[in-house]
Amino acid sequence: MSIVPVPTTAPSADPLRSALASGARPARPGAAAVTLAFGWLALLRIKHVPSQLFDVTVFPLIMLVMFTYLFGGALAGSTGDYLRSVLPGILVMTVTMTTQSTGVALNTDIGDGVFDRFRSLPIWQPAALIGPLLADLVRYATSAAVVVGAGTLLGFRPNAGPLGLLAGAGLVLLFAWSLSWVWTSFGLLARRPESMMFIGMLVTFPLTFVSNVFVDPATLPGWLERCVEVNPVTHLVTATRGLMHGEPVAAQVGIVLLTCAGMVAVFAPVTMRLYRRER
Amino acid sequence: MTTYAILTEDLRKTFGGTVAVDGVDLAVPAGTVYGVLGPNGAGKTTTMRMLATLVRPTSGRARVFGHDVAAEADAVRARISLTGQYASVDGELTGAQNLTLMGRLLGHRHRAAVRRARELLTVFGLEEAADRQVKRYSGGMRRRLDIAAGIVVTPALVFLDEPTTGLDPRSRGQVWDAVRALTDGGTTVLLTTQYLEEADRLADRLAVIDRGRVIATGTPAELKQSVGAGALRVRVQDADRRDEAERILADVLAQPVHHDDDPAALSARLVDPDRAGAALRAFTHAGIEVSALSVGQPSLDEVFLALTGHHARPDTAEEPLS
Repeated sequence: MSIVPVPTTAPSADPLRSALASGARPARPGAAAVTLAFGWLALLRIKHVPSQLFDVTVFPLIMLVMFTYLFGGALAGSTGDYLRSVLPGILVMTVTMTTQSTGVALNTDIGDGVFDRFRSLPIWQPAALIGPLLADLVRYATSAAVVVGAGTLLGFRPNAGPLGLLAGAGLVLLFAWSLSWVWTSFGLLARRPESMMFIGMLVTFPLTFVSNVFVDPATLPGWLERCVEVNPVTHLVTATRGLMHGEPVAAQVGIVLLTCAGMVAVFAPVTMRLYRRER
Repeated sequence: MTTYAILTEDLRKTFGGTVAVDGVDLAVPAGTVYGVLGPNGAGKTTTMRMLATLVRPTSGRARVFGHDVAAEADAVRARISLTGQYASVDGELTGAQNLTLMGRLLGHRHRAAVRRARELLTVFGLEEAADRQVKRYSGGMRRRLDIAAGIVVTPALVFLDEPTTGLDPRSRGQVWDAVRALTDGGTTVLLTTQYLEEADRLADRLAVIDRGRVIATGTPAELKQSVGAGALRVRVQDADRRDEAERILADVLAQPVHHDDDPAALSARLVDPDRAGAALRAFTHAGIEVSALSVGQPSLDEVFLALTGHHARPDTAEEPLS
């Protein structure tokens, strides 16, 4: 069956009928266009609910100032020296902790009728998940900018200059984006946003604290040191420090890139499968 | 030859051990409004979700314009639009942003999508609320936006899941106008409803669903004929005299009389509307004071009673009497 369009030149007494007649279907949009549309949606939601940005602005600021002055004197002799090593770590930590909210948001939204409508559209379906993940990159970048900006005010001067800063931050964002796929999987599995939040805490706390963010692993008991050594966050912190201070960290960067590829390769398909699941 | 928008054969859906849809056969001619009538939990929404490719049938077949809903989901999706029971729009976004998003997802460039959004907002009387967040809309406004979002691109088949449940009469009238306009343009509409009046006003054909099965199909006139011309409802002043009133009513109408949950109310099928007057006279004669007496279309519950021999579930909303 096809819809016979009413000629638009004919005057229509009824605006609804003429609106229906002019609703011709454009060419089917490509994957990129649809992904961008979903990304636009996610950015609009941030714009309407700016409190969503608290966790990527206020939280990193508190972490940075708190840890620099709390531990700086004791662990590195001075806050200035400590900042050199702790800032890249705080950057990794705050951005990593922020990623779980992706899963919480997805869990909250997925029950909405609006997702039924999206799933009944003739579009490339992964876009409904990838679009918001692209918008999340904006959130992560905000978090990174806050940490680096505040750090600069406190006296952080990376040896490798702005390029090293960008390379380090870029690696952190890539890691965060890849980790988000883990959270989208859990977000689709969890029954309630609260359970998703709990799982998120359960994973991110040990992942970020049992690492070399705050202390030199050599000072730890042997078993804990080994835990720290295998933690991907440790490699990410080492790689980020190295990139920012111009130290050779090619091996660590390689490990981080492999970890990212692994997370996306496993959890992106899992997420898509769970997304298509009936609810 | 008739073109069918929807054809299903023995469509079934089981969730765990629960049978939600138990062998549904539907034939919906293209260009018509088809009503699916039934109480909550009858399987209306699950049937619609299978047809809209959101839920896979456990067994049986369903075709939308000749395309199998399971094997050719994309071809089906390119012909339908779904407006769910719970508003299928984003409450955080404004009305204009919601419609613009739909336009972009359907293939419009941003500017064309914005233009189409403004056009539809005007048509649905929402231009003043265009830049307000949808969560601040009234129920009627939200529902209108919902329907607008479903026709950003004119679909061949529109699914409306209980489009007027919870709406005030004015908003309900607006939704009905929109449904009629859709069919004038050649679009097929499948709507689920709990209201016989709605089905009667809009649908060309109806299927009555109960416990996952189609128990009757036909035009609204055929359906009502099978149930009776109408119903007489009586409320007596003194609930203690209901039994007495029941005997009188049964006598005058020569029909079985039903008790309602209300201890003072009675209802009965009314084959000949003139007998309503006779019933009132008989009550007066017996000295039974009547606080309310009305003649109306059979309610959904009465249709159910007539078709199935059991009451529709108690949470079923009754058709308002006019």
